[in-house]
Amino acid sequence: MSKSKVYPDAESALRGIVKDGMTLCCGGFGLCGVPEKLIGALHDSGVRNLTVVSNNAGTDGAGLGLLLVSRQIRKMISSYVGENREFERQYLAGELELEFSPQGTMAERVRAGGAGIYAFFTKTGAGTLVAEGKETRVVDGETYILETGIVTDVALVKAWKGDTEGNLVYRKTARNFNPNMATAGRITVAEVEELVEPGTLHPDSIHTPGIYVQRIINGSPYDKKIEKLTVRKRTEGSHAMVS
Amino acid sequence: MPWSREDLAARAAKELQDGFYVNLGIGIPTLVANYIAPGMKVVLQSENGMLGIGPFPFDGEEDPDLINAGKQTITELISSSYFSSADSFAMIRGGHIDMAVLGAMEVSENGDLANWMVPGKMVKGMGGAMDLVAGVKRVVVVMEHTSKDGEPKFKAKCELPLTGTNVVDMVITDLAVFSRASREAPFKLIEVAPGVTAEQIRSKTPARYVG
Repeated sequence: MSKSKVYPDAESALRGIVKDGMTLCCGGFGLCGVPEKLIGALHDSGVRNLTVVSNNAGTDGAGLGLLLVSRQIRKMISSYVGENREFERQYLAGELELEFSPQGTMAERVRAGGAGIYAFFTKTGAGTLVAEGKETRVVDGETYILETGIVTDVALVKAWKGDTEGNLVYRKTARNFNPNMATAGRITVAEVEELVEPGTLHPDSIHTPGIYVQRIINGSPYDKKIEKLTVRKRTEGSHAMVS
Repeated sequence: MPWSREDLAARAAKELQDGFYVNLGIGIPTLVANYIAPGMKVVLQSENGMLGIGPFPFDGEEDPDLINAGKQTITELISSSYFSSADSFAMIRGGHIDMAVLGAMEVSENGDLANWMVPGKMVKGMGGAMDLVAGVKRVVVVMEHTSKDGEPKFKAKCELPLTGTNVVDMVITDLAVFSRASREAPFKLIEVAPGVTAEQIRSKTPARYVG
């Protein structure tokens, strides 16, 4: 019988694949769709000098913020550090290396890396700090910069449902970077809210095919956090966006 | 009397057209959604992977898995769709989005935009702004005419690190509206807030413009 992808918990799913100085892709946007159980296990493992590719780094002490506070991250590749005082403080104090990558460039670098594309030319960032030190090319009067694909030692992703083959389905905007990150890890570990048997998920509905996922855990129960609660009164019109 | 935040959002909403796919930035740009003309169909895109942003949820119906790019809780519409970040930016970078409304720290007379960092002081990151200005067909900036210290924000040249070069098509401030017909044309003063004179605009605007 072939080896199962299913691990009993986050700690066992990371055993043997984490080491100091490793590179890591991490799904999530803000606190939405973040592989929080695996990040917690990474924190507990004590691994250090991590290079982490993630759009942001959670908030102070939540999501990847947990690993920032414990100083386990040496370098971040991100597009946004707002709403995270510790991130901004460590960066401005020179304690944390930070490579700013525009959000779309970052998503495409991860997608490209996972698809075996070494690099690509893009208009995004041309003429800005992002272009410094990068090869540029002018085509039809438009300037493009060369951005390289990203592949990391490990990728951590969060999905809504997954089966024992590693097929994943995401829910609403908790999908975000997760399907892209899943393709870019040499080893990808997924945590899901509901782990089901093959055949339960409809093959047409699968977002991440199991080929990208080497290890999977059922991370339930989840206590999902909301970063900015905005609601409307029942008397307001259908398009009211005023908080 | 200078225009309010709500006035700025309402003015930016006038640039929308029926059938537009639009990306709204964080802050005042988000309020533009409140001023979409009745009967006009505009589809709002969120960088984190959604087309068809609905209104804020009713109290108690918020869903942590459903947020906009500003991390605010939102709702879906019957026409909504979800996709990955790479797909989201393929839409943005591939020129499929008709218009973006963004905030700014500085705009230059040739349409350069700076809105993501103040070296040594404040660093938020560019998020999706560099991709938006590089790929979206029309970029409308909404900002205060001057900074909190009274410094003009529409300048001859940006001093802060750029988000993009020659990318802004319209600038809406609390005092005036500047627009240009193409990325080769100069900005033109097309509207002035009530009670504000053209001379007052001139004195607070180092950027060259027509009008």
